[in-house]
Amino acid sequence: MPADALGMVGNRIRAIGASAIGAIARLGHASRFLIAILVHSPGAFRRLHLTIREIYFAGVLSLVIILVSGLFVGMVLALQGYDVLVRYGSAESLGVLVALSLVREMGPVVAGLLFASRAGSAITAEIGLMKATEQLSAMEMMAVDPLARVVAPRFWGGVISMPLVAALFSTMGVYGGYLVGVRLIGIDAGSFWGQMQSAVDFRQDIVNGIIKSVVFGVAVSLIAVFEGYYSKPTAEGVSSATTRTVVVSSLAILALDFVLTVFMFRGVR
Amino acid sequence: MPAGVPGGPRAPYRSPLLPPLDPAAAAVELADVSFAYDARMILKGITMVIPRGKVVAIMGSSGSGKTTILRLIGGQLKPLSGSIRVAGQSVPDLDRDALYELRRKFGMLFQFGALFTDMDVFENIAFPLREHTSLPEELVRDLVLMKLNAVGLRGAAGLMPSELSGGMARRVALARAIALDPMLVMYDEPFAGLDPISLGVVGQLIRRLNQALGITSVIVTHDVYESLKIVDYLYFVSEGRIVAAGTPAEVRASSDPFVRQFIDGEEDGPVPFHYPASSYREALFSDAG
Repeated sequence: MPADALGMVGNRIRAIGASAIGAIARLGHASRFLIAILVHSPGAFRRLHLTIREIYFAGVLSLVIILVSGLFVGMVLALQGYDVLVRYGSAESLGVLVALSLVREMGPVVAGLLFASRAGSAITAEIGLMKATEQLSAMEMMAVDPLARVVAPRFWGGVISMPLVAALFSTMGVYGGYLVGVRLIGIDAGSFWGQMQSAVDFRQDIVNGIIKSVVFGVAVSLIAVFEGYYSKPTAEGVSSATTRTVVVSSLAILALDFVLTVFMFRGVR
Repeated sequence: MPAGVPGGPRAPYRSPLLPPLDPAAAAVELADVSFAYDARMILKGITMVIPRGKVVAIMGSSGSGKTTILRLIGGQLKPLSGSIRVAGQSVPDLDRDALYELRRKFGMLFQFGALFTDMDVFENIAFPLREHTSLPEELVRDLVLMKLNAVGLRGAAGLMPSELSGGMARRVALARAIALDPMLVMYDEPFAGLDPISLGVVGQLIRRLNQALGITSVIVTHDVYESLKIVDYLYFVSEGRIVAAGTPAEVRASSDPFVRQFIDGEEDGPVPFHYPASSYREALFSDAG
């Protein structure tokens, strides 16, 4: 029936509109939440041990997965890169390829995705469970603001940890590239390191990579604390909030990476 | 005992057997308080007085709005209408700083304790002391041990919340609730899920601490037998209204149908067994489905 079909199309459009409005409203809500965190941050920094504890949980406890992944990503990059470079007689540039790939892109992005899965989900689950078991309400009733005591330290713990784990990821990746390129394939070590040193620019490559990882750190940490704080206080609510953290953080990292790359590396070399 | 106050009278609901309350003696006053979650009315004109130094129970079946009353008193929710005064201050009108200042005089025991799971028992009780005072560490230690001793758990100071039984967790939460010597302690279902021994221990602790510290206690519960042993006054809430109130002696002697159903645990009465539905016969013999 045409009328029915028209009705279905109308409903579909209405549903798309409603979800778009919902997404924008949620973005606005998250922005206000970020401002609230920033307002409560001085209090969190006054008790620095809270933030240091979160750096340990978000950063140090993520090190195993970050370092192992970095090593393997670097080794695979070297194998794949060598296969291409050798066709053009540029196998000596393998160090440059590995280093630039890692420092500019793979380091911040893959470390960000791993960080979202390991630390972001843990932050959301912890805050969500604290809410479900009324620990946040108990804090409020003790005249202690959970934003200052629980949320702000976890947010800053994530923001500070992210660039550090991204740097370690890239370092391990370069070492993995060295193991495969120099030790396994037999490329000259001097060319590997020398070309890398001359081609990688500190300001253009390393600083931009650090900026990316800081931006990803802010995005992942904000999404993690936001989803946890506003999760439904049930087992199902915490579970879906944790899943949302990983999915939304991963998409945010990829989208932000594209935007940042457009601005940072447009027209470079 | 008169029936409730449908529609919510302006004057506090009181048992006619009680002498008039001195308003200055009230720790908490609720006058004609209504509250709704979205369009669903939870409280419809609640009026009650909680005198200083007394133990008052708010009783009612699950979903009757009892815990909402505690959250309104604590300022976690704002009423739709009516006034809520604690220690003479209008709670809904307080700004954040004033509300937090008032909450420092509160203690609250949550249904399952709400202990901080990343801290041991000692640190849980030290938490409010560390947050709100700058006492030296030795004094914090002494105060925590005194509070733990009061609830009989000094030996459990080093345990984590996951290592405590339900009754022990409730007692630790009680010690934490009185850590700052509050004027008002609110208990949300303090007896839920406890074995008879733990239940008796927690009940007697509430009574003893109330007398020893001179605090005012508000207990939200549906455990009628334990409450009758320890409280000075009871309010019965059903469907967002106060439907009965009185002292334990009045409640025991009451012929009010709601109170009788509640005390005797009858499955049907003013609180119906069946959720509202269409006719059973019609549902069975209709063509639908």
